[in-house]
Amino acid sequence: MNALDKPRPGMSMIVRTVTRWLKGPILLFGIYIVAYGHITPGGGFGGGVIIACAFILVMLALGGQSGLGVFSKGAASRLDSVGLLIFLLVGWMGTYWASGYFFANFVDTPEEAWFTLFSGGVMPVMNVALGLKVASALFLVFAVLTGLKIADHVERTGIADESAPTGPTSHPGDKREGQP
Amino acid sequence: MIYSLCLLLILVGLYGVVASRQTVKIVISLVIMQHGVHLLLLLIGYRDGGSPPIVDPGQAVTTFAGLSVDPLPQALVLTSIVIGLGVLALMVALCVRLYERYGTFDVTEIRRLRG
Amino acid sequence: MFDVDTRVLIPLFVALPLAVALLIQLVARDRPVLSGWLTNVTMLGLVVMSCFTIGSSGLYHLGGWPTPVGIDLRLDSLATLLLLAISIVGLAVGLYSVDYMRRYSAGSHFYSLFLLMVTGMVGVVLAGDLFNLYVFLEVAVVASYSLVAFGCSHEELEASFKYIVLGSLSSALILIGVALVYGITGTLNMAHMSARIAETGMNAPLSLAFGLFICGFSFKAALVPFHAWLPDAHPSAPAPVSAMLSGVLIKAIGIYVLARLAFNVFGAGDSELSLLRWLGVLSMIVGGLLAAGQSDIKRLFAYSSISQVGFIILGLGLGTPLGLVGALYHLVNHAMFKSLLFLNAGAVEYATGTRNLYRLGGLNRALPVTGATSLVGSMSIAGIPPFNGFWSKLIIIIACVEAGFYSFAAAAVVISIVTLAYQLKVQRMAFFASLPASLRDLRREPRLMSLAMILLAAGCIALSFLVLSGLRDPWLIGAAQETLSAGPF
Repeated sequence: MNALDKPRPGMSMIVRTVTRWLKGPILLFGIYIVAYGHITPGGGFGGGVIIACAFILVMLALGGQSGLGVFSKGAASRLDSVGLLIFLLVGWMGTYWASGYFFANFVDTPEEAWFTLFSGGVMPVMNVALGLKVASALFLVFAVLTGLKIADHVERTGIADESAPTGPTSHPGDKREGQP
Repeated sequence: MIYSLCLLLILVGLYGVVASRQTVKIVISLVIMQHGVHLLLLLIGYRDGGSPPIVDPGQAVTTFAGLSVDPLPQALVLTSIVIGLGVLALMVALCVRLYERYGTFDVTEIRRLRG
Repeated sequence: MFDVDTRVLIPLFVALPLAVALLIQLVARDRPVLSGWLTNVTMLGLVVMSCFTIGSSGLYHLGGWPTPVGIDLRLDSLATLLLLAISIVGLAVGLYSVDYMRRYSAGSHFYSLFLLMVTGMVGVVLAGDLFNLYVFLEVAVVASYSLVAFGCSHEELEASFKYIVLGSLSSALILIGVALVYGITGTLNMAHMSARIAETGMNAPLSLAFGLFICGFSFKAALVPFHAWLPDAHPSAPAPVSAMLSGVLIKAIGIYVLARLAFNVFGAGDSELSLLRWLGVLSMIVGGLLAAGQSDIKRLFAYSSISQVGFIILGLGLGTPLGLVGALYHLVNHAMFKSLLFLNAGAVEYATGTRNLYRLGGLNRALPVTGATSLVGSMSIAGIPPFNGFWSKLIIIIACVEAGFYSFAAAAVVISIVTLAYQLKVQRMAFFASLPASLRDLRREPRLMSLAMILLAAGCIALSFLVLSGLRDPWLIGAAQETLSAGPF
């Protein structure tokens, strides 16, 4: 009974236990949807959202700190950029090695290998890059929004007659993710 | 008939944007309106008695094109959903910051800029 | 220029700012100076690439897929004109913001958002099919929502919230229009679409789609009665952002798309053009009259933007070649001098801390570069010969008279005089009066801000020489002719 009395971050014991069991399969399912994106519906967007949901579930159920401990905000931001840079790099390679067009598919697949995992040329690579970007971007949005501490001295709407328009304050602009 | 239901959803969203007093309700109404627009876009690609747009192994392209619903609007809606997600995140962050600055979620009180 | 070069360059226009925007987040996250220099090098690269594309045109198939199936990027003289405007104004604003953004923390985020906005604008200009245009439109517009709210002060957040709600509404309208057009014509490629529409003619659903597009894109271009977000968003944003928004964003995603849709896709029928004319005249008059009564410099310039955009749309709506030349010339001119004026207002705010005209005065002595360049900008926008604004307004007025719309021409002349009046008001109250006691000991503008303003002023003066026929041919007349030739590209 002692463990139930201690205040712990996160939700109740049932939720925490089930999350500990499920976080692996959810992540795996998301990776499956990303990887098979050229054969089955899904692909980068849908799979990325599921991967992000695995981490968000951990954050919600087990407390913010344990979620951020696994996938920190800095790492998410870096993976975000790396994902899209890989996407652009693969697209750029299409110009040099293939028919000279951006995003041309320059890996050819023999006919017997269609509908398997390693087919479709560069598309799986692009799906993986997209999945990386969407997952880290969505997780970063969630982490930033739940971590926003509303200032203690919330100003009331006493609209005093200000003599000059307020100049720029030193609050940092929030990180907004770019469009995938 | 279904198209008019889509239009109803869009109008409900539009009414919410115009008539809501709270910033968060405006955001939610915008999301409802976007859902209506996505449904409209999906419905345009529908074909009566069509099959899902997944090619089976060994199926010829022409039979597939003759049977399935139009896959292009589905790709468009997917992209649009993700765009809407980005805009939603931005709007929610703005609502939180507005609360920090003005102390209220009420749009009629957030009116420093006029003229 | 050679065809091979431009074919490789076309996707690079979009890919380069996008890659550098994310590279900044990866590499220079806490180093605003490095991000500033990366941004400026990128914008310089864009200027050089735009100069290479002058006079050439091409169609670029992404992924090698042929036209009806794949996504196209399309470059023609109208696109080249806008690319030049975007890159030159972007370069000047990038140089300016290196010094101006020193007062904000999170400088690297500003540069990433700035480059994302440039990516979106360039993507809209180069897009060959309607849905890609929508996606790049959203990229540019979401980046601009964040940039307007960048300093997180009261006004910026309120203005950004209003902007984002109205912007999302208009984007939803545009998407409904895209859905309708796709349902009717069965294709999203703009060249294909114009062929199909030419076959079937404008029936009721297509007119509905066109009406929705006009509503949606008039929001983006801030035409009256869709202008309500602009007088709040443009003044509240930080000065380099205001310059980009007013200078290029409302043109690249508003006016350019309206011109493309009205002329190339839907065919320039008379009912569509008359709608554009009326919207133009309404914006011109309302914007000009509301600008005259403002006491905040940037709000005055924002209303003035609405008025000048009205001029451009009036010129577009005339449909005659002369009208189009005037409209496109005024578009490029406005990009130059409006961003110059906003940068000047930013320098004034940087030095004095206020934007209220009744508190300023005598800044010609304290801020000499700002004073001189703002004189150039004011004379350009007011239409004083021999500056560039005079020529473009003259061409639009002559085109109105030629096409027989005498009342519109008279309104244009009256509003030009009103423009002159409020610009003189700004000049007199801010720069030429005597220095009030509260404004002694001002800092001069930093070097890079001065350089950016001088660059834009030099651009204004250079553009006034454009009317000489040697320089005018490949750019303006070619652009006007290609825009007018409705039908498949």
